[in-house]
Amino acid sequence: MKRDACFQLLASLLPDDIVVSTYSSAFEWLAIRPHPLNYVAVGAMGLASSHALGLALAMPQRRIVVLDGDGSLLMNLGALVTIAAAAPKNLIHFVSRNGSYEANGGHPIPAQGVLDFAGIARNAGYRRTESFSEFSTFAAKVPTLLSAPGPTFVELYLEPGDTTPAPDYEHIHGVRARREFSKALASS
Amino acid sequence: MSQAHSPLSGAAILGALKAAGIEYVVSVPDLTTSEGVLRPLATDPQLKLLRVCREEEAIGICAGLLAGGKRAAILIQYTGFLASMNAIRAIAMEYRQPICMLVGLLFADAPEDPRQSANYGVNRMIPLIEAMGMPYRLARNDEDAAGIAPAITRAFDLSEPLTVLITRYPSA
Repeated sequence: MKRDACFQLLASLLPDDIVVSTYSSAFEWLAIRPHPLNYVAVGAMGLASSHALGLALAMPQRRIVVLDGDGSLLMNLGALVTIAAAAPKNLIHFVSRNGSYEANGGHPIPAQGVLDFAGIARNAGYRRTESFSEFSTFAAKVPTLLSAPGPTFVELYLEPGDTTPAPDYEHIHGVRARREFSKALASS
Repeated sequence: MSQAHSPLSGAAILGALKAAGIEYVVSVPDLTTSEGVLRPLATDPQLKLLRVCREEEAIGICAGLLAGGKRAAILIQYTGFLASMNAIRAIAMEYRQPICMLVGLLFADAPEDPRQSANYGVNRMIPLIEAMGMPYRLARNDEDAAGIAPAITRAFDLSEPLTVLITRYPSA
């Protein structure tokens, strides 16, 4: 599967949802779904799912989607245990699995090809876990996954996509994105 | 009673959190605050305790809670503070978020002035916090604890972080 195709599908299903994204996933997502409810201010690599957990607990009536990376998740693997224990029904955790630290030069992650992220999430206690490597299968199941009670973990096995958005670190760490998110949240 | 022997109670610290409108406390256990703060907190009906695996997570979770309109504080050990320096640098300092941390100084042997501790990690905390430009205060006794709520309120009003260094074992 290609990440841009997966994200385009998600964007069609999540027109106005709060979406937390990080680094390479963020740059791709922002190009596909520019929206003030994109939460990109994760600060330190690995913490996207932790921010998402905070948002999910604060707003149990809203669906919170996080677009994580495999390198990012490895930097905060304990978050899977914390999220599973907190058990927010409104959190859906996607992981783009391309086997590399894409934002840091494309070097391979440890145990590339061996790790079973969905298995780790399942054994940590996530309510639902899925892995997809075929786009048609993903497209058929993702609407159900987005509406089912979570916490839900979805591992996407990816190959390079058709787009390679330029990284815009100034935007993701900048005050404007945070202010826009806050303003949009208050009015939504 | 001299200040060196004046008490610090966990009840005063928990009362300060409540007075400041804190709803969630995100924590990794710390022996300093284990009995006086964390154990009563776990059964306190007013405060929601979220146990996390690593202190850096707590910074991100607090930022998410804040973005969602909830007030949160972090209860950790100073070693966890040190382990979370990059997240503190980015989220608390560069983003200027009201990340409020209660930090126990494990094996505190100089409760009146942690810079005089024989413990290298403990005696480096104030210089590190000052180097980062982060507001901080000491909780050495109940008089200091009485200042925690106004300090947290100020942190939220100004959207700036706060570290409270708990310099001795609070009583339960």
